Amino acid sequence: MNVEDKELLEKVSDTKDFQSMAYNIRKDGKAVERKITEDVSIVNKEDGSGIDIYIKESAKNAFVYIPVLLTKSGLEDVVYNDFHIGKNAQAIIMAGCAIRNNANKNSRHQGIHRFYLEEDSKVKYIEKHYGEGHGSGHKVLDPITELYLGKNSTMDMDTVQIKGVDSTVRMTKAVLEEKATLTISEKIMTAEEQYAKTEFEVDLKGKDSSAHVTSRSVATEHSHQLFISRLNGYNQCYGHVECDAILKDEGTVQAIPEVNAQHIDARLIHEATIGKIAGEQLTKLMTLGLTEAQAEEQIINGFLK
Amino acid sequence: MLELKDICFNRDGKVILDHISFVLDTNLFVAITGPNGSGKSTLAKIIMGIEKPDSGTIFFDGKDITNLSIHERAKLGISFAFQQPVKFKGITVYDLLKLSAGKDVSKKDVCFILKKVGLCADAYIDRELNSSLSGGELKRIEIATVLLRKGKLTIFDEPEAGIDLWSFNHLIDVFKNYQKRENTITLIITHQERILNIADQILLLKDGKIAYFGPKNQIMDQLYQDCNCPFMEGGCDYECRG
Repeated sequence: MNVEDKELLEKVSDTKDFQSMAYNIRKDGKAVERKITEDVSIVNKEDGSGIDIYIKESAKNAFVYIPVLLTKSGLEDVVYNDFHIGKNAQAIIMAGCAIRNNANKNSRHQGIHRFYLEEDSKVKYIEKHYGEGHGSGHKVLDPITELYLGKNSTMDMDTVQIKGVDSTVRMTKAVLEEKATLTISEKIMTAEEQYAKTEFEVDLKGKDSSAHVTSRSVATEHSHQLFISRLNGYNQCYGHVECDAILKDEGTVQAIPEVNAQHIDARLIHEATIGKIAGEQLTKLMTLGLTEAQAEEQIINGFLK
Repeated sequence: MLELKDICFNRDGKVILDHISFVLDTNLFVAITGPNGSGKSTLAKIIMGIEKPDSGTIFFDGKDITNLSIHERAKLGISFAFQQPVKFKGITVYDLLKLSAGKDVSKKDVCFILKKVGLCADAYIDRELNSSLSGGELKRIEIATVLLRKGKLTIFDEPEAGIDLWSFNHLIDVFKNYQKRENTITLIITHQERILNIADQILLLKDGKIAYFGPKNQIMDQLYQDCNCPFMEGGCDYECRG
């Protein structure tokens, strides 16, 4: 990795100190750096399609860092990363993709991340997406995340698309067994002519399983976002989906909720709020001495924080 | 010093403020009172710049501020506590109080202010200003944002609304102490007798006009006389007086 790559990497990293953790850095379709630890092993898939990450049973605070860089214009990169979380293990996993496209061909990355959480395991998963470059070629990210949460397991997923991604279709599917808990927080900002589609499908299969999905997004300029959520309750369970979107300029957002209760004790809630920044919010911050533009920036930054 | 000259404000064919003129010197605690719909909140918003008058002029410390925006007035030292506090998803109590102070304030300073308005700082400082907070909690945070600004002219629009009785008694002392600062004006819109009692002067609005403006003692007797409310004894507020 050169200096520019390292700078690009920092755009999708919450830490500069990844050297102490297990990691696999992929650049332009190939693994360029890798490290394993006592609790985390990373193995290439036999067919070359990606990697398997194994987190040991009962591991405490296992850290894993799996970023992807795309710097070649016109490259289409598809990778399968499967995370196997052992029984009673606790892990923090950071992933993300940064694309730099300074030429005229489209660059696309599709990371298919599958998580298999065994009984009583806990995972915090952080994923960031970012695009930059002055070429006319599009930066396209189409991640697929599949989650299988075993009995009494917990997954907390934060996914953020910061800026610069021209087109994204994000699909997240989850199946929850007994007493499993899933929390997803998604934050997206789009500008220019960008398009973002996010789709969540959660199957609450086990008794007392629960899921909370929160999506906060800001659509500015001429960008468009589509949010689709489908909550399926097949047992005594609780599911809550909240979609909040701020519109600016000519930005548009469409939210399509579906709640499907297939059990008498399934309790499913969907909330969606879409609109421009409330006038009273701007007024309040202006009474504190901020200009209208500064007030707007504070509100959006806070919303997506 | 704040001076309003001949302020008029009409909406939907209705006169809201009708040729309002008055002068407020510094070191004054003024309560604006009057029946619902008398124009109190509109008057306060016009002073802050939230509403624009149809005609008239506003001077603050000798400067014509009639055409200044809200944030320009805020920079001159005018503060405003809203009757209905605004919620912000993602912005924490600490974030808002830092913005209020206009500089990076320590958590210790913020805790001090929160304590003043009766909130346990530890439990609130990192909370988001969203629907998880009750109306009373949001109101006390709103008051804290204004106290932290230490403005030259501070306007409170019905600070009693949404505040429980116990907290309100405590806030009375907060307002009293706040006005002790030199060269400042505190302007409170209120229906509460206990706030009227601590004011230096009272401005009574009726139908968009000033019905009285002067020392509190003279008007307080009149307010009592006008009251036909059978529950007057025991301190019911002015709003329920006939």
